Amino acid sequence: MTLDTATAVRPGSTDQMPRVVLAARGLRRDFAGFVAVKDVDLDIHHAKIHALIGPNGAGKTTIFNLLTKFLQPTSGRIELLGTDITRAPPARVARMGLVRSFQISAIFPHLTVLDNVRVALQRPSGLGYQFWRSLSALDQLTPRARELLAIVGLDDAAHRLAGDLSYGRKRVLEIATTLALDPKVLLLDEPMAGMGHEDVGMISGIIRSLAKDRAVLMVEHNLTVVADLCDWITVMQRGQVLAAGDYATVSQDERVRVAYMGTEHGGTEHE
Amino acid sequence: MSEATLHQERAAASLRLERALIALGIVALIAAPFFIYPIFVMKMLCFALFACAFNLLLGYTGLLSFGHAAFFGGAAYFCAYAVKAWGWPPEAAILLGTAGAALMGLVMGFLAIRRQGIYFSMITLALAQMFYFFCVQAPFTEGEDGIQGVARGTLFGIVDLNAPMTMYFFVLAVFLIGIFAVWRIVNSPFGMILRSIRENENRAISLGYSVGRYKLAAFVMSAALAGFAGATKAIVFQFATLTDVTWQMSGEVILMTLLGGIGTMVGPVAGAGLVVGLENTLATSGFPVTIATGLIFMVCVLIFRRGIVGEVYARWLGRKG
Repeated sequence: MTLDTATAVRPGSTDQMPRVVLAARGLRRDFAGFVAVKDVDLDIHHAKIHALIGPNGAGKTTIFNLLTKFLQPTSGRIELLGTDITRAPPARVARMGLVRSFQISAIFPHLTVLDNVRVALQRPSGLGYQFWRSLSALDQLTPRARELLAIVGLDDAAHRLAGDLSYGRKRVLEIATTLALDPKVLLLDEPMAGMGHEDVGMISGIIRSLAKDRAVLMVEHNLTVVADLCDWITVMQRGQVLAAGDYATVSQDERVRVAYMGTEHGGTEHE
Repeated sequence: MSEATLHQERAAASLRLERALIALGIVALIAAPFFIYPIFVMKMLCFALFACAFNLLLGYTGLLSFGHAAFFGGAAYFCAYAVKAWGWPPEAAILLGTAGAALMGLVMGFLAIRRQGIYFSMITLALAQMFYFFCVQAPFTEGEDGIQGVARGTLFGIVDLNAPMTMYFFVLAVFLIGIFAVWRIVNSPFGMILRSIRENENRAISLGYSVGRYKLAAFVMSAALAGFAGATKAIVFQFATLTDVTWQMSGEVILMTLLGGIGTMVGPVAGAGLVVGLENTLATSGFPVTIATGLIFMVCVLIFRRGIVGEVYARWLGRKG
């Protein structure tokens, strides 16, 4: 699908979401002479899970930072739900429904687990700037916050300090706060990194249910997870797109096997 | 679960302790002028409010301003000038000083929040120094002499502030209103967002918060409250001079806040009390005040980094941060 057909269907004009919700064309980013990302085209579809894979330093996190506007692209164009966001500030992009997670779990460590989620619910409820009201004004957000914590299995830890949680539970807390915004496009930077086997299964389940009515783009190293979960895979190498397609197509690609596995005979890990 | 209830219990205990300390403090402040020289306590209260206003920014938003003297001293000038040149009543002059400080905060904050960390601090310092040199040159500040002989006047046209006790209870009221404002802001939905920005700015952005606006709002509120304290001080001492706009004054408020404990409500008050008390005690002894405060600051950094009140909270209640 091209960028033009994507813009043809505008959100709100019909009941249906446009198929391509996030599109990038000719994305490029230079860092003082070093080209971190070069000529990258991406289409992220509604209700699909996309994976971005590739060796370390391939530019995956840079792409996340470019798409969420934490970094400004040197050239190229990004469209979210038919709107050009190439020059938009990151907070506005987040308000438009493109929400990201971070490689290092991004939580507010000295707030309680419940407050972490309530902070995310506060802005959409118009409670952000109210400096004259008591904190009890936030009590109206508690039922929804508890629902979200229940989805990720953190309801028993609501009053603990977020910084005291185990690594895996911090990551699911981050997912719960992200969900609070009900994003249209969810960008997950290595959601399974450093997790035990049972947690990987749980997070896979959460991501799959999230993708039912939103687009998901995730960076992931665990190829078993990618094969199992993702509908579309983009393989990156040295800042460029090496191959794209579903898992069967990509895993058969000779260039991918050489680049990603380091050997022509390297089989796929999940087999 | 037991850990969760433990955390709740600790939070409740620290809340109880803070409430008890505040109640005790208010009683002590009402009784104070009958035992201690009132002017000295008033000076302490003005600086305590100044430090609390500063702590709103450093302790609860994570921004280190090195130019808060501009708001404190600037408001003192505006207030003193309004009384002396235009014959304004004290309450209107104090409000003018506060509004002036807020406006300066808007301009300085707008320029400074574009940078982070040490660069933010340096920009606030540079802008405050520009304001200092403006005050040295501008005719309305009367240069090295300062604005002298500012009449205390009558509050709302009824209460004569020339009586020391009346003046004292007016300052106490200003102090309590100011402290309540800081407490309200910190414990509000807005304060919650400030805390989350301090904890993890990028995460706050990714949740859709325009953090620049929140920082600017906090900066203006902090500047206005610092101005509230500075303007009141001008009425108490009946003058406004260059001392209050120097960079040393910006440094002093940082010292007070760190000594008492950043991020606590009581800490800056205790820190201001300690520094002002020390200055007053040593002023007559001939021992250099800066050496004494410097030594205390070194001890503080080496032994109790959280500040006096912060350390008490941490030791007794296991409260972090």
